[in-house]
Amino acid sequence: MSEIRIGIDVGGTFTDFALATPGGLRTLKLPTTPRAPERAILDGVQQILREAAIAPEAVTGIVHGTTLATNAIISRHGARTALVTTEGFRDVLAMGDEGRFDQYDITIVKPEPLIPRWWRYGVPERLAADGAVLLPLDEQALHALARTLRDERIESVALCFLHAHVNPAHERRALEVLQPLLPGVLFSLSSEVSPEIGEYARFSTTAANAFVQPQVATYLDRLETGLAALGLTAPVFMFLSNGGLCHLDLARRFPIRLVESGPAGGAVFAAQLARDLGEEAILAFDMGGTTAKICLIDKGVPRRSPSFEMAREHMHRQGSGLPARIPVIDLVEIGAGGGSLARVDAQRRLQVGPESAGSDPGPACYARGGTQPAVTDANLQLGRLAPEDFDGSGILIDPGLATQALEAGVGAPLALDPLAAAAALAEVVEEQMAGAAREHAREKGVDLRPRPIIAFGGGGGVHAARIARKLGATRVIVPQGAGIGSAIGFLQAQAVYELSRSVAMPLSAFDAGRYNRLYAEMAAEAGAFVTAAAPGAQQVAQRTLFLRYKGQGQTLQIPVEDADLTDQDAPRLHALFQSHYAALYKRALERIPVEIVALSLRVAAEGTAPTPAVTDRLDRPLPETAMLYDLTTGAMVPARQILRADLGPRPLQGPALIKDKGTTIHVPRGFDARTIEGGHVLLTYTGQEG
Amino acid sequence: MNPAQDEIRFQVIWSNLIAIVEEQARTLMRTAFSPVVRDSGDLSAALFDRAGNMLAQAQTGTPGHVNSTVAAVPQMLAVHPAETLEEGDHLITNDPWIASGHVHDITVTSPVFKDGQVIGFFACTCHQLDIGGRGQGPDGASVFEEGLAIPVMKLMRKGVVNDDLMAMIRANVRTPDEVEADILSYVAANEASAQVLVEAVAQLGLTDLEAVGAEILARSRAAMIAEIRKLPKTSASNTITLDAFGTPITITCTLTIGEDEVLLDFAGTSPSHPKGINLVYNYTNAYASFGARCIIGASVPNNSGSLSTVRVVAPVGSILNVTRPNPVSARHIIGQFLPEAVLGCLAQILPDKVPAEGSAGLWGIQLRGGPEVARHFPGDWQGPAWETLFFNAGGGGARPMADGLSTTAFPSGVRAMPVEVVESHAPIVLWKKELRPGSAGDGTFRGGYGQSIELATRDGSPVALFAMFDRTTVQAQGRQGGTAGAMGALGLASGQPLQPKGVQIVGPGERLRFEVPGGAGFGDPALRDPQARARDRHSGLEPG
Repeated sequence: MSEIRIGIDVGGTFTDFALATPGGLRTLKLPTTPRAPERAILDGVQQILREAAIAPEAVTGIVHGTTLATNAIISRHGARTALVTTEGFRDVLAMGDEGRFDQYDITIVKPEPLIPRWWRYGVPERLAADGAVLLPLDEQALHALARTLRDERIESVALCFLHAHVNPAHERRALEVLQPLLPGVLFSLSSEVSPEIGEYARFSTTAANAFVQPQVATYLDRLETGLAALGLTAPVFMFLSNGGLCHLDLARRFPIRLVESGPAGGAVFAAQLARDLGEEAILAFDMGGTTAKICLIDKGVPRRSPSFEMAREHMHRQGSGLPARIPVIDLVEIGAGGGSLARVDAQRRLQVGPESAGSDPGPACYARGGTQPAVTDANLQLGRLAPEDFDGSGILIDPGLATQALEAGVGAPLALDPLAAAAALAEVVEEQMAGAAREHAREKGVDLRPRPIIAFGGGGGVHAARIARKLGATRVIVPQGAGIGSAIGFLQAQAVYELSRSVAMPLSAFDAGRYNRLYAEMAAEAGAFVTAAAPGAQQVAQRTLFLRYKGQGQTLQIPVEDADLTDQDAPRLHALFQSHYAALYKRALERIPVEIVALSLRVAAEGTAPTPAVTDRLDRPLPETAMLYDLTTGAMVPARQILRADLGPRPLQGPALIKDKGTTIHVPRGFDARTIEGGHVLLTYTGQEG
Repeated sequence: MNPAQDEIRFQVIWSNLIAIVEEQARTLMRTAFSPVVRDSGDLSAALFDRAGNMLAQAQTGTPGHVNSTVAAVPQMLAVHPAETLEEGDHLITNDPWIASGHVHDITVTSPVFKDGQVIGFFACTCHQLDIGGRGQGPDGASVFEEGLAIPVMKLMRKGVVNDDLMAMIRANVRTPDEVEADILSYVAANEASAQVLVEAVAQLGLTDLEAVGAEILARSRAAMIAEIRKLPKTSASNTITLDAFGTPITITCTLTIGEDEVLLDFAGTSPSHPKGINLVYNYTNAYASFGARCIIGASVPNNSGSLSTVRVVAPVGSILNVTRPNPVSARHIIGQFLPEAVLGCLAQILPDKVPAEGSAGLWGIQLRGGPEVARHFPGDWQGPAWETLFFNAGGGGARPMADGLSTTAFPSGVRAMPVEVVESHAPIVLWKKELRPGSAGDGTFRGGYGQSIELATRDGSPVALFAMFDRTTVQAQGRQGGTAGAMGALGLASGQPLQPKGVQIVGPGERLRFEVPGGAGFGDPALRDPQARARDRHSGLEPG
């Protein structure tokens, strides 16, 4: 049976579709329907299948990612959520780590907890650090609390007890008591959502899960029903923040793992391209309608992180957000997209974003009632975008409205004509994106200059060359399918399942029986998941031990063979740890015992179906030249204009515009553009800016 | 290359150096064994040029560490000059008068070699809970009682540990394996950073850091001077009173804005104290200059260039500039109030830029248990010896445009350890750790809330409390009509009070209670947003 799969990425502004068939890859971009995101999905699925003449029943798989969870947290529009915790600890979420993320800035703002104090409740119970019961769970108190939660019309509950990651018994018992008393209420247990030591990060992750759970669960129900009604019987997978896939059921239980899934899809897409092109180190730049994302990719693998900070409050500063301990692809996201709105503040400074017009009303030029100028309005004014570029998306563009909005919102307060206002707006948003890239690179200690920028998303090709100049980079690659990169990335994801078990096992008391038993359980769980996600695929298992010196903060992850061990293997594990440690820090420590902290297992389906080449292309009559803003002279000048399909290996000198489905590539003066292997477009800085 | 490209290149190098010291700090936290370093970040990490000027520092730890390391490195190099060092050498000291003011802070300085030449130094200062002696507290009558002294010497020679020194250290401390491993972790962090620096310098096509370093220092100094010149040339004085130990002490600060410097003169401050709450000059300089830096040119990176524009003077013999062998172990109790003294001066010059007073001193709860403590009581207590220290922050002062931050450390930059981590390190149980309602001072913007803590040993065994708490008799004061924050308090659940300073042994079965102080308010309370007031009431943080 041939594989026919659909990748669907719901962003804040657009919903992107990638349909992969043995014959090639088709794309589609529709405005997101924020109040009921499944509407755009169902419309788009029908449309793309109709265009490809494929019956819904023939589809073999659907991979979906959504910003729903992220948006609920950033906008703080979630469920009425309560925290039920150990008595004496109701303020864990508010107190955080009690530190300051900036030593010198006395104006810093810390994030408000997602759950306000009046919905944070303490219950008498107490476990010790080793899981022993110091104070039994007070079930009477839980019964009384259930009445309060009902009176407060609580929809979702985060159950978070101290040391529950060691002993989940009290959380489980509290669930058993509360659930029957509170029909319809959803529960998130800290021992399931994030079973690791450290109450602030665990409670914060669990609270966020509970906060978004009702919304995500009902959305996924509606989506599943809607797809079934269209005749799509293929399994639906959710794309996760770590670049892997999961079942809808897991997504309903742990919606927190969907946070940042769209951007993660883009990173997977860029990483695949970097591997295909043999690029050692790149900067992925993904600009959509609402935000821009920046990710460093070395050796074809995006950087990963075991935790993530949601909704940074203070100028995107590290430390100013809410911690979520979920595995993620390490990237930064800033509020700078095509829909980002411009305004002039009291000090007459031009500010762009993070407020976004989204798709409703959208930029002023959408003629849907928006009056503030957005980045897209500026691009229209500057000639970088044309009204025809939006054909097929269902949006009718009125460039006059863009001019009006630029005039009123930026031009008048700064005494600029609309063209200069548009140029200033573009400059500010490009500087913001370059600044975020510099900050991320600084945090990682990376030099951006030698890295090519892989630019995608609807706005990637429009702005990448200017950003490259600001960063000192000389090459920009705009790949095939750039307009919907994340949706293609979804189709490139592997069915992967990662899980781990905390243990505290000194190597001096290594218990091979327990070790083998735990791994057998984990292998059964992971294997079953991967088999369901990728039936018949060859599976690869990787065991990793988390080892450390007792008392040290650092845990080393050491890969070991996928096989049972005996008690006699302990000295070998010790020697393995010592050599890893010495490789990192020149010398191993003597006299300090080594312990196993956790066992982890990653099972992946071998090889995903290769993504076919993008086959659909833009084909419309195009005048040979268009008027384009020129930064050097500040005037509109004639620029070459061609369809992407017509660009060959011979360099095209900027200023020029290359039009493609879902995106435009802006080649400013000083750059040239040509098609390279795989049909991707390479922009090179030639330095001749005239 | 054109000037714009040169500028980009310089920016990249500077950013790189800052990223490298941040990584140095993270490596310290990963490799350290002491929980105050690994979980709370009680450390400093910084890069120095060949001459011992600080070029970059990590944004972690306490100003007391960071800014005193600036003074320590040149003094360590005076003993072992750069040209006498060989690859693999590492210098160590915990001399309070050279490094950061008490023997519990160990500084390790490591040369960075590129092509056989020293191009700079990485230095780190970390808190060491166990350095022998009495244990940290103000009870010693001289520095000799406060623990092992390590003069400036080589911890390692050509990559080989100085075994004589290590044997001496091991013989003097209660937990030799952990202390040894900890000290080696400082070396590991410096070495890892050195390797990254050498690679980065080579990749950028540089031979050394001299030109770049000079540019960093010059630009930072110039940026500070530009900030100073925006201020009126004037002078202001401020006196604050602290509980101290028995009788209150006063800190008097006179701040003068000069042409290209800010002068902080502490003439008029109380004389040295018989107990260990005295400061060495380095430490006074460190905390006082931090107070000025967080208002004047706060966004200018901290290095020897920016710090060179703040000059601190403290009379010899005052509590802020003691000589050997005065006791200094608990010097941070006073040190953490120096920024408050400085801010009180700046508030007179820049009334709309300076926050109200906050709780200032971290409430670090330091406990010891086991046979050494239990032998004072009848009963058969089985547990082994243990010692722990964990930090708890009070409320910050209200800002001119915003409420104060609740339970947030200032001026210290350390973080609290998770309760789950505290309890897995020591056999204690925290029965409560919550915001303290009613502890914030009122105002147009209120202060931050302090916290309430209740704890006991897990098995009810006796425990020694090393108390080092302030703001128990003098509240944080408001500004422009804002009211004071609540005082701190401590005692046993059974009713018996505890002293805010000094070692006290608590008998079996008791629970200890701590009320950590709140921050003061800013502006007229009548002008407070009624919605903000209603929210605090609805939250149960204010009565009604």
